[in-house]
Formats: sequence, C-alpha cells, structure tokens
Amino acid sequence: MTCSVTRSLARRIRTHALRMTEAGGASHIGSILSCADILAVLYGGSLSVDPATPKDPARDRFILSKGHAGAGLYAALAERGFFPVDKLLTHYQNGSDLCGHVSHELPGVDISTGSLGHGLSIAAGIAYSAQLRCASHRVFCLLSDGECDEGSTWEAALFAAQNRLSSLVAVVDYNRIQGIAPIADVVELEPFAEKWTAFGWAVREVDGHDHDALLAAFGAVPFASERPSCVIAHTTKGKGVSFMENQVLWHYRIPRGVEFDAALAELEAGP
Amino acid sequence: MRDAFVTALTELAPERPELLLLTADLGFGVLDEFTKRFPRQFLNVGVAEQNMSGIAAGLSLEGHLVFTYSIGNFPTLRCLEQIRNDICYRDANVKIVSVGGGMSYGALGISHHATEDLAILRSLPNMTVFSPCDRWEAAEATRYLIAHQGPAYLRLDKSAAPVASQAGETFQPGSIRTVREGFDITLAATGGILEDALIAADVLSGLGIFCRVLSVHTIKPIDVGTLIAAASETGGIISIEEHAVDGGLGGAIAEALMDAGAAPGTFVRMGLRNTFSSVVGSQKYLRQVYSIDASAIVRTVCARLKIPAPVPA
Repeated sequence: MTCSVTRSLARRIRTHALRMTEAGGASHIGSILSCADILAVLYGGSLSVDPATPKDPARDRFILSKGHAGAGLYAALAERGFFPVDKLLTHYQNGSDLCGHVSHELPGVDISTGSLGHGLSIAAGIAYSAQLRCASHRVFCLLSDGECDEGSTWEAALFAAQNRLSSLVAVVDYNRIQGIAPIADVVELEPFAEKWTAFGWAVREVDGHDHDALLAAFGAVPFASERPSCVIAHTTKGKGVSFMENQVLWHYRIPRGVEFDAALAELEAGP
Repeated sequence: MRDAFVTALTELAPERPELLLLTADLGFGVLDEFTKRFPRQFLNVGVAEQNMSGIAAGLSLEGHLVFTYSIGNFPTLRCLEQIRNDICYRDANVKIVSVGGGMSYGALGISHHATEDLAILRSLPNMTVFSPCDRWEAAEATRYLIAHQGPAYLRLDKSAAPVASQAGETFQPGSIRTVREGFDITLAATGGILEDALIAADVLSGLGIFCRVLSVHTIKPIDVGTLIAAASETGGIISIEEHAVDGGLGGAIAEALMDAGAAPGTFVRMGLRNTFSSVVGSQKYLRQVYSIDASAIVRTVCARLKIPAPVPA
C-alpha cells in the first residue's frame, strides 16, 4: 500500500466529513480533520480488515474511543467498502444508522463510543482475549488527548502493561485542544510520552499527518516485546482548513455557507 | 449466599472454558479455590471497576462469558456508564455480581451499603436483575446466568432467609416464588430480608392473620401474573426490601400493578425513605432502626388491617 493511496483516502475522509457535518448540522469537524490521516493510514493500509468478512476472528480490531469523530470513521468505512458511500449523507438525519457518535449498528464497527474514557478498557479486554487464545491480530484504539483527563483511561493503561498486552496499540490524537479550551489551559498532559512510558508502555511519537511516519509506526508494533504500544500522534486540530487549524471554535462550530464553501475548496485542493 | 454463588461457578467453570471471573481486588479467601483450579479463567484487574466493566465488554465481544465481581456499589454504581453503554447497549454476555446487598455490611457505613442498586440497574435496557433470598436461589440464579446470554445483575445478600425448598422445586427465573400460602395479606420481599417477612408471618398467624409470603428473586423482568393474583386474592401487598423505596421492589410492583389496572386492597412499600443508612450497627440492628424488620412488618400489617398490634415482649 503506497502513501499516495492513503493520502487520497484522507482527502476523501475530510471532504465527506465536511459535507456530513454541514448537511447534518453536526459538530466536531475540527476533531475529525485532526485524525483523518490516522484513520486513512489505518483503513487504507495498516489494518487487516475485509468488508466481505467484517466479523472475521483473525481481523485486526479498531476501537474509536474518541467517538465524536464518528463521521471520520464512517467515511473511512464507506470508502473501504463496508457500506455504500451514499449512506454517508444520512449522517445525523432522522432514522439514520449514522448517529453523531460511533455506533455498532454499522458493519465494521464493534463497539459504540461517545462517552470518553471507555475505549481503551474495551480494547484491553479484546487484547486480553487474543492473548488467552494466542491469536495474532492487533487491537488499535484511537484516543483523543482530552480523554486522557479520564481516570478510566489510565486504569486501562495500568492493566494493559501489567498483563503484557503486546497486541494493544493506543494511538493518541494529540492536537492539544480539548472541548472548550487548549489543553495547556485546562489540564496539562506533559510530559505526555513520559507518562505512558512510566505506565509501562512502549512509546513512539510521530507527526500525525505524515503518512509515511504513521505507516511505519503502525507496522512496527509492538515496539517492545510483552509491552503495549502507544503512538503519540502530534496533530493539528482542524488540519487542512486554514481558518479551522488550531482553533478551539471548530470543536463545536458547524461548517455552513461561505465557511463551508471555503473549507471544501481548501480540502479538495489539499495534499 | 456468596459461597453458594462461588460453589456453583466453580462447579460449572470446567464445562465452560470461555467463562472468566473478573474481580476488582475483592473476594479475599473466597475466590481462592476458583483461582487455584482455573487460573486461566480468573483475572484480578485491580481496584478499577470502570476498567473491569470495559474489559468485560471487550472480552464478551470476543465470545467470553464474563462475571464481574465486587461488593456493595463498586461493580454497579461506580461504573454505571460502562455498564450502560458498553455492556447493556451491546447486549454483552456480562454478569455483574455484587456481594453485600442492602445493609449487609452494617457497621462499615453507607459507602458499603447498596441501597439504590436495584432501582438503577433495573432501569437499564437488556438488563436482567436477580436478588435471591437464600443460598438455593443464589446457586440456581448463578446456574441460570451461566446458561443464558445477555447482561445481568446478581445481588447477593449476607443474610439469607430460612426457606425450605420443596422436593422437586425448580428455579423459575422471571417468576415470583411463593414460599408461604395465605389469603389475608401478601408480604413480598426480595433478598435476605425475607427472613424478617417469615418471622412477621409467624407472629401474624398467631393473631389469626395468614400471610402469603413471596420471594421476588427476579426484580426484572417482574412476574406480573403472580402480583395480579396477590392483589386480587389477598387483602393487599406489603413490599419489603433493604433498599430505597424509590424504584426498587416496591416501585416495580406498583408499576406492574398500575399498568395492569390491578390495584391491591392495600399497598405499602417498606424500605428506606429518602435517607442514607448512616446509623452505625449490624444489618439486623439497622433493619430495626429503619423500620423494616419483622416487628415493623407486623406493625404495618396490623395498621393496614386495622387490628391492634401485639405489644412487644
């Protein structure tokens, strides 16, 4: 899988998500743009999944713990063939399967999320089962930095290290802006890599928009034997739309009118 | 009751290799045999109930049958959202077991009293709720949980009612167990406090009042048929629970009977009324303090039937 494929997928995830949030009047476009490259590299390259057999026991597992980026995952799954791309624009609409936060009602999604701090525990349970059964699939869990405020995230981190869950990979979308303010003004996470290391994880830091770096990191897990792996992906909230980048406003603001047009133009012209 | 659960689980674990017992660092001494015999089916996750519930959800997605074990409110209220979102919404095969229903842990204080759990857990979609009154019901409920798919809560009391199971009696999940027949009034209890209902029934029979005594071991789904029969065949229903009156057994009975249009002749919910059980004392003492013990039941019945209550000896 070449990075030109994942870059193209990332561009489509971004434009789909923008259209979906605009059509549905939905929030979180900044968070989705932040992790679009991570999702593209996972679904376009790293994850061993097959839409023809979405429940294949040998598949890699993926948990979107930052469930508010649901539109991004829906776009990745549709582009990957888990369901028709046409379905995406039903997002947020009455009677749709595509609710704002990720739902397991869709093929390719194992668990519903949306309340922060749940995903890593579930992923740890899945990884523990894999270990019991000597299975070789990997379990990727994508977290927001904001949900590292949740104590349950660290409960799971302790557990995973204690039980040597080497198939478990936590990917943190580290854009340094949480719901209503920058992380530095709320609860600082630094020294962040050191925290994960101190909790017993093998850590790599990458540019979360560099597809080569992401692909290399995901391909290199586990980073250490008998240890869970953490990829801290340094990202930009709102990545790809100049006026959304690093703006707290775009956690909740809905792209509409001239803002929507301008954002779409930038994303379509993007890398 | 706790030992009956562990014994049943230990008996059946070898037949169900996918069964896992998770504890949040409780069960000292009690789980030793299980741990020793089935080390691959046991996991102490540490003092981390949210994590335990999430791990259980993840394990169940992979085909495991998971029991989560702790005491009081720790495996329930502490991690309620994980139970709601990750277990119930996913209809996961996770069985939540709490030792120390009601005020079992007496003098340990309100942090260790589970007095709102039934109300809260029974409100969750897909959840089944068991609250056995004796060792037999606890063991039978455990066997049922192992055999049946889906989320469930098992509340285990420290006290147990001395109910003699009838020869050939089979456990009917979702049904109410009639432990004594009578037509003057119905005493419907859940959990070990049924022992107080039985004592009260004895006292009342000496006064010529014959009580129907029901063990409501399944709070959800509730057995509407038996409740309608009690409402129509006896003078009324007194619900008795070591739990808040709001939304627990009494609430469930009231809802069921109102829905069915089958109002009993008289109806009293006995339980904690908008209070924390903050008095220090044993389970038995606290039942007396909070007016849910046998003598309080006798007084309540006499007041409703408008007959003089016996003078305490």
